Parts: sequence; C-alpha cells; structure tokens
Amino acid sequence: MAKTIRILVAKPGLDGHDRGAKYIARALKDAGYEVIYTGIRQSIQAIVKTAIQEDVDFIGLSLLSGAHNELFPGVVDALKKEGAEDIIVFGGGVIPEDDIPGLKTRGVEAVFTPGTPIQDVIDFIEAQRPRIESR
Amino acid sequence: MNRIDSIRAGELRAVARALTCVENDSGSREALIDELFPLGGRALVWGVTGAPGSGKSTLVDRLITRLRGRGSRVGVIAVDPSSPFSGGAILGDRLRMQSHAEDEGVFIRSMASRGYLGGVSGATGDAVRVLDAAGFDYIIIETIGVGQTEIEVMGLSDLVLLILVPGMGDEIQALKAGVMEIGDLFVINKSDKDEARKIRAEVDYVLDMKYAENPQDKNPVAMTAAALDQGVDDLLEAIDAYTEKLRSSGRLEKRRRDRLSAEIHRILAEKIESQVRGWLRVDERTQQWVDAILDGVHPPYRFIQKQLDSFFREAKVR
Amino acid sequence: MPKKIENRQKQWEARTLKPALDAFPERKAEFSTGSWLPVNRVEVPESLSEDAYVEKLGFPGEYPFTRGVQPTMYRGRLWTMRQYAGFGTAEESNARYQYLLEQGQTGLSVAFDLPTQIGYDSDDSHSIGEVGKVGVAIDTLSDMEILFDGIPLDKVSTSMTINAPAAVLLAFYIAVGEKQGVARERLRGTIQNDILKEYIARGTYIFPPQPSLRLITHIFEYCAREVPLWNTISISGYHIREAGSTAAQEVAFTLADGIAYVKAALDAGMDVDLFAGRLSFFFNAHNDLLEEVAKFRAARRIWAKIMRDRFGARNAKSMMLRFHTQTGGSTLTAQQPDNNIVRVTLQTLAAVFGGTQSLHTNSRDEALGLPTEEAVRVALRTQQIVAHESGVTHTVDPLAGSYYVEALTDRIEEKVMEYLVKIEELGGMVEAIEKGFVQKEIQDSAYRYQREIEKRERILVGVNQYKVDAEPPREILKVNPKLREVQMKKLAGVRAQRSQTEVENALDALEKGARNPGVNLMPLILDAARAYGSLGEICGVLRRVFGEYRETVVL
Ligand SMILES: Nc1nc2c(ncn2[C@@H]2O[C@H](COP(=O)(O)OP(=O)(O)O)[C@@H](O)[C@H]2O)c(=O)[nH]1
Ligand SMILES: [Mg+2]
Repeated sequence: MAKTIRILVAKPGLDGHDRGAKYIARALKDAGYEVIYTGIRQSIQAIVKTAIQEDVDFIGLSLLSGAHNELFPGVVDALKKEGAEDIIVFGGGVIPEDDIPGLKTRGVEAVFTPGTPIQDVIDFIEAQRPRIESR
Repeated sequence: MNRIDSIRAGELRAVARALTCVENDSGSREALIDELFPLGGRALVWGVTGAPGSGKSTLVDRLITRLRGRGSRVGVIAVDPSSPFSGGAILGDRLRMQSHAEDEGVFIRSMASRGYLGGVSGATGDAVRVLDAAGFDYIIIETIGVGQTEIEVMGLSDLVLLILVPGMGDEIQALKAGVMEIGDLFVINKSDKDEARKIRAEVDYVLDMKYAENPQDKNPVAMTAAALDQGVDDLLEAIDAYTEKLRSSGRLEKRRRDRLSAEIHRILAEKIESQVRGWLRVDERTQQWVDAILDGVHPPYRFIQKQLDSFFREAKVR
Repeated sequence: MPKKIENRQKQWEARTLKPALDAFPERKAEFSTGSWLPVNRVEVPESLSEDAYVEKLGFPGEYPFTRGVQPTMYRGRLWTMRQYAGFGTAEESNARYQYLLEQGQTGLSVAFDLPTQIGYDSDDSHSIGEVGKVGVAIDTLSDMEILFDGIPLDKVSTSMTINAPAAVLLAFYIAVGEKQGVARERLRGTIQNDILKEYIARGTYIFPPQPSLRLITHIFEYCAREVPLWNTISISGYHIREAGSTAAQEVAFTLADGIAYVKAALDAGMDVDLFAGRLSFFFNAHNDLLEEVAKFRAARRIWAKIMRDRFGARNAKSMMLRFHTQTGGSTLTAQQPDNNIVRVTLQTLAAVFGGTQSLHTNSRDEALGLPTEEAVRVALRTQQIVAHESGVTHTVDPLAGSYYVEALTDRIEEKVMEYLVKIEELGGMVEAIEKGFVQKEIQDSAYRYQREIEKRERILVGVNQYKVDAEPPREILKVNPKLREVQMKKLAGVRAQRSQTEVENALDALEKGARNPGVNLMPLILDAARAYGSLGEICGVLRRVFGEYRETVVL
C-alpha cells in the first residue's frame, strides 16, 4: 500500500484570511491525505516544531498579507537548522509573479497563486512521492 | 547515535520518525517496540474522552500548562477520524494546544484513526510506548469522542477522564447507557454555563445510586471551564489523589499487568492470523473459497477447519 | 397572482414557451443566483395588494426603509466616495490621502497594517515581515499626527478599519483633533469596531468576546456623550462574504452580530435610541447584480423590523440600516486584471441600485498586491461615471417593482430569518460563533463555490475559461522591505522623548480600570494616548487583564 502522505497546512504571519488555507486543507483531505491544520498567526518556530513532531512530508504555507518574502524562506531556513530540510515546503496566496523565482531559489519548491486548480497541487504532491517513499 | 539512543534522548525527529514507523506498521516496527519496551513503564498515561466539542483539546492544553509548571515533560496523542470515503483526514486537535508548539518539553502528535474503531487508532498503544521510552512523564491520549465505543482507551491508559458538558440534551440517556463506565474521573466542563449544575446533580445522583454500598469507591467529579482556565487546578489535584489511590491500592500495577496481558493476546492473535493467512494464501484464494461455499460444495465451518488442519499438519512452524 | 395574469401565463406556456423549449432547450436545467437561490424563468407580479406594498416597501426615508433611508436618495446627495487606502509609513499614506482628496474623493478611509490591527508595536517580534504591508503602521500618537498632517479633521470624515484596538485608534484620532484645535464634538467618521466578524471571518481579534463587547459598549457610551457625530461601529458583512458566504448568509450573520451589540448595550443599561442611530453597516457587492440589489433592500427591511419590534426603538434613525459598500475583493482575478474593471462596474451598480451611503471600489490590480496610483484612479473614476453619466441616480430605488427583484428580496429575507431563528436557538451569536456554527456554514459555501469553479460548473472569465497563454507583466506597488527598521527607529525616538512616568501612570490607571467592570476605559485610554503611550503598550495592559481569544475551527 502507498504511504499515507501527511501535510501541515499553516498560516504564518498575522493575516486572518484563512479561506484559502481551509479550502486547501479540506480538498487535500478529500484527496486522501492526512492534513494537520493549526490555525492562523503561527510563528515560524511553531510551524517548524509542529512539522517535525507530526513528521509531515510537506508544509503548505498560505499568506495574503504580502510578508511571504520574509516568512516563507524563514520556514525553509528554520527547517534546515533543525535538520529537517527533507520536509518539502510549498506556498500559496497573493504572491506577485516577480517574487516567485526568488522564493524558489530560497527553497520554496512550488508556489500556487489564486485560481490554481487543486489538481495542480495534488499533481505536485504526487510527483514528490518517490522522493518521500525512498527516505 | 543510533535510533534507540536518539529516541531515549527525546530527540524530536527520532521520536517523530518512530511514531510514523508504528503508525505505518512498517517493517521495523516489531524490533523497535521490543527494543523500546525495557525503557518504558515510567510514564503515567491519561486517556481523555468525551463527545466532540466537549472541550477535550482545550482541557488538555490547560493540563499541559500545569504539568509543565511542575517541570514534567508531556506527550500528547490526539486522535481524529479518517474519512471513510477518501481515507484522508483533517487533524485539528493540536490547534488548541499550539501555545505549546515551541516548548521542547511538550510533544504533540496527531493521529488519524485510519479505519480503526474504538476512538483511538490501531497504533495508539505502540505510540504510547514510544513516548514512554522517550522519557515523557505524562502521556495524554485524546480520543475521537464518539461515545460508548471508546471503551478502548481504558485499555491503554492508567486512568481516564470522561468529559461531560451541558447542553448535549441527552445527558441522562448517556449516563444510563453506560458511557460512565468508561471514566475514572468525571469532568464536567463548560461549568461557566448555567446548565452545568444540572449535569453535576445528575452525575452525583447516578454515582450515589451505584455506590450506595461503598461510597468510598465513588469516582471523583470535577467541574472545569477549560476555555476560561477555571477549575483546572482542582482537577489536577483530584487526578493526583486518584493516582495515589490507584498506586497504593495496587490497582495501578494490576491495570498495567492487565494491559500487558491484553497486549499479549493481541500480539498472539495477530501473529497467528498473519502466519496462517500467509501460508494459506488467503488473500488470493478468498474468491475461490467463496465460490466453493456458494456452490454448496462445502459448508463454511467445516471447510475452514479443513484448511486449518492442513496448516497445522504441513506448515513448518517458524 | 391575479387571475387574468395566471390564465394568460398558462396560455403562454402552452402556445409560445413549449414550442420554443422543444426547439431550443435552455442552457441549464436549473438556474440559480450566484448564491444558489433558485431563479424562475419569468417572474410575474405577485398579487401585491396595496396593503402589501405599504407594508413591504413603503416610501424611501420611512419605515421599513426597503426603498432607501433618505427620501430623495442620490437626487439630494451622491454617496460618499471613499477609497480605502494606507500602506507603509504615515508619511507615505498621508501623501496618498492628499492625492485622493485632490482627485475628488470626499472621505478618507484608513487601512492599518496587521501589527496595528492586532495591537502589536512595530518592534514586536510578531510584527516581523508585516510592518506597513497591508496598511499604514501606527505605533503612537506621533504617527497619527503625521498621518493627518495638513488634513483638517473638521473638514473630512474619516473611516478607520480597526477593530480589536478601535478604542486606542479613536483615542489617537481625538488627540490629533485636540492638537489641531478641533473639538471632539465636531469629529466625523467611523471606526469598524466590529469584533464578532473578526472571530468569524477576518482574524484580527485580540481579546475574548466578553471583554471585547465591554470595550465596544464603552465606546458607544463615550461617543454618545463626547463625540456625537461619530459612527461608533460598522457592523461588517464584507469580510463574511469574502470568506465565502452566500449573499443571504452575509446579511444574516451581519444582522446577528448587530443584534448581539444592541443586546450588549442594552444589558449595560443604555437606552436604545441613544446609540442605535450611530450604528452603521458595511456590506460587500458581488457580480450577481440583481441578487445583490435584493440583498441590500432585504437587509434594510429586516433591520428596521428588528429594531422597532424586538428592541422597541422609537426614533426612526434607530431603525435605519445605513451602510458602506466595498466591491468584492475575492471576485477579482489575477488573470487578465483589466477584466476586473468591468466586474467593479457591475458591483458599483449593485451598490448604487441597493442604496448605499458610501462606496469603495477596488482597483483592478488588487488580486496581485497593493494597488498602484493609476489603478486607484480608474476605480474612483468608475464611481464617478456611474454617478454622473449613467443616469441611475435620478430616481430613488430604480429597480423597485421589478418582479424579479421584489421576489428575490422576499427570498433573501426568508433565508435570513431562518438563520436568525437558528442562531437564537443556539443561544445567540456569541455562542454560535464559539460553537463554530457560523464559520462552518460559511466554509461550506466557500467549499461548494470553489468546487464549482474547479469542475467548471461556474465560469470565471479568464480563470477557468477564456484564458490567455502569456499574461503581460504588471506593475505593482512594492512596500519598502526596510520599513520595519524605519518604524522602529521612529518609535524609539518617541520613547526617548516622552515622559516615562506620565506613561507609566496612565498605563497603571488603565490596568486598574480594566480590572473594574464598572469603569469606562475610553478616558483612560485617551490619557495614555496623550502621554504617547504606544499601541502595543496599551493593548499589552489589556491583554494581561483580559486574556487572548483562541479561534474555533470546524473543518
Ligand atoms: N463556554 C465554554 N466553552 C468551552 C469550554 N471548554 C471548551 N470550550 C469550547 O468548546 C469548543 C470545542 O472545544 P475543543 O477543545 O475543541 O473540544 P473537543 O472536540 O472535545 O476537543 C471550543 O469552541 C472551545 O472554546 C468551557 O469551559 N466553556
Ligand atoms: Mg479535540
């Protein structure tokens, strides 16, 4: 049987717009994944510690306030510090095209902007499956 | 450091990985548990059960704060249901405990039931072992909270808190139906609500009836308002006193022995089943057997007995 | 339905409709509004008797206000055009306000950054990455002085989107007025001050419901006495809709919030007519034009009934639902952003047909980030074109009597009333929120909506149909990433200059007051503001006394 993939859906920063995060959480559940949802206003440290304790395969970050350039790579760096760089980080929200290449070079593996079909997210997750299962 | 040493040192990543190993029942699970077994046995294990929305997670959050205040390390296993349709799950209990997310002395793990009935998951028992070996002083299991079927948590914990709340409508029904058999301590949460006193009276009434002969055995009852952080100190005191009673009366020891005997039976049944299934190639032959039985060629019991006879006769038991 | 019409309809169905349907089936088996209310093929006049007209519609400016809150509506005065703006430092936002006023805008609307909205100073670790991002950063009275520099407070009306720390920002505003020599009796404006929808949909809460409601009631009391022209609350459906609710849910949950505030004030011993006239509302405008119009009309009618019949208001002003509208941010698409201008135009029409008192039109690039000055101008021009060129302002409530709009108004009212009854059964709105009922209803609608888009059962132009391959790059406004440092330096400067004992005394007095439920905190907060106590310090005191709210999530 295929491994059950676990995903932390987290909202760093201060914005309370969780419509997108909750949609993703629910849609990923319906796609058969185990989703841990921790609510709004999570600090980088809390996200990273949670991801490690829950032994998730992915962290999906959602942010609409515009603080993504600071906070998304912040999570990637903190994971590295904890020796957990194998956890795959992706992000979504109101993120200008210009910012995406920079986020990717800093370790955010995929960025989904509004209007992305959920299937794209699922395809991305499934594409990483070999990596996860060989760990 | 090898895997066991890392777990023993309470290293987050190692503990988390070990939990995944037992949860996914991966190849090394049995060896892992065998190696961890001698390291455990020190933690006190609490079960927390009660209907969804009764405030289990909120209360656990408050209890963690108190236990941390005493310098104890706390592990939590919070179980939520898996979707029977997709197999997926949303695990949301720890949301209420996130104020402890950055605390190294607290380890919270969410688990999906993955089809297992009984309010916990199939791996919860082994997960407790892992956290125990990792040196957590207290391990709290939060069940899904579906009601009477949650008897399972009794078999995993040293003591169980049953949470009751006002406004569920059918309290008396529930009490009569034997839900109260599950708990060691009864916690009436949401005591900030007016109807809480009514529940209290009902619980007292039921207990008075039940223990009319030996009132000293009556279960302790506590009133809390977890959301407002009220009554939690008193609850903790009641838990401590109860634990002491369990310990001094030898019931704690007995409970743990009972737990182990149940465990032995389970392992035995599991092993026999998997070996028999494997040898008889049950999975691939089931449809054939169904046909044979349906065709009226073989009656079911005699047919299966025949298969088993062949196993015991011919299989080289490992 | 009148007999004559009914007979004629039957005839029409057999003679004309049936052959047409046989030859050309309709595009869908069933039609519904954007919020899934069923839509009939052709609406015909209900037997709207004279009595029913008087009871359900009446005349504008009179109970039940279905047709509008003023007798002449836009023939008298156009709505206030009020663009929500603010970013970066107080200096930058001040420049944007000056620009908007020059362009003919008639009111200011201040957007604060998230740390300000949650009561953290810019130097707080929670503020990392967020300073100046979605609005202006305000730490002390000093920032507020800069924000309104050169803008006489007796000449503008100012709306502030601030909730949990509303009392503090209002205090800053009053104090700026004092410095400019404008008495508080002459200050005009609005604070959002609507904490319940923060728990439901927007997330910038600080304290738990009970102390929050206490603060809100303090503001009602204080303003009734001291700042009589101030709108003390803007009860907001906007964010509820943004979170994915239906039109009817938007109205239902907003009015339920309103009921909770009225109850809190009555419980505190206030007379309903003393504060109810200063309550204002804030709604969203979406693309389903006629459903939106019906929504606004239904909201006015229901609120009037509630205030008169349930709360015994006697003053007509207390029964009037006055509202601000903002076009729907979530309806904008990052794809082909120019299309958003068209969406905003539809939404503007909805608000104007619906009888709004003021309007913010979104800029086409808001799905990409902060709006540029040029995009803001187009958005404002959209309002001006509707106001001056379209002619829809010439008559009051122009869509009244449309069979469809009236039927839809009734349908929305029905749905809303069902929710209001349900919420009462749950024990009131605070309970319903704490139980997660409201959030769950909204989430289910949001989920359904998104699924429909995924499955292309609902067409979003440019997103799931009529796409283009390569979108040209767009210019968007960038906030200076060093802003937090700038703001921290300013804050340190203020701290160095103020009298520390004065601040400490004011904060001590505030803490004592907060522990005593009988004390109105507004004057104490004002003292702390005047002493240049920071927002974070003031909210910190209240956090210690009141505790912090934790969200209820039901997924
Ligand atoms: N009024 C009140 N609400 C509470 C209390 N304890 C928990 N709640 C609320 O009950 C809801 C469910 O709580 P939660 O801990 O998630 O319950 P669980 O499903 O049993 O884990 C939340 O909204 C809590 O804030 C309490 O003592 N009083
Ligand atoms: Mg729970």
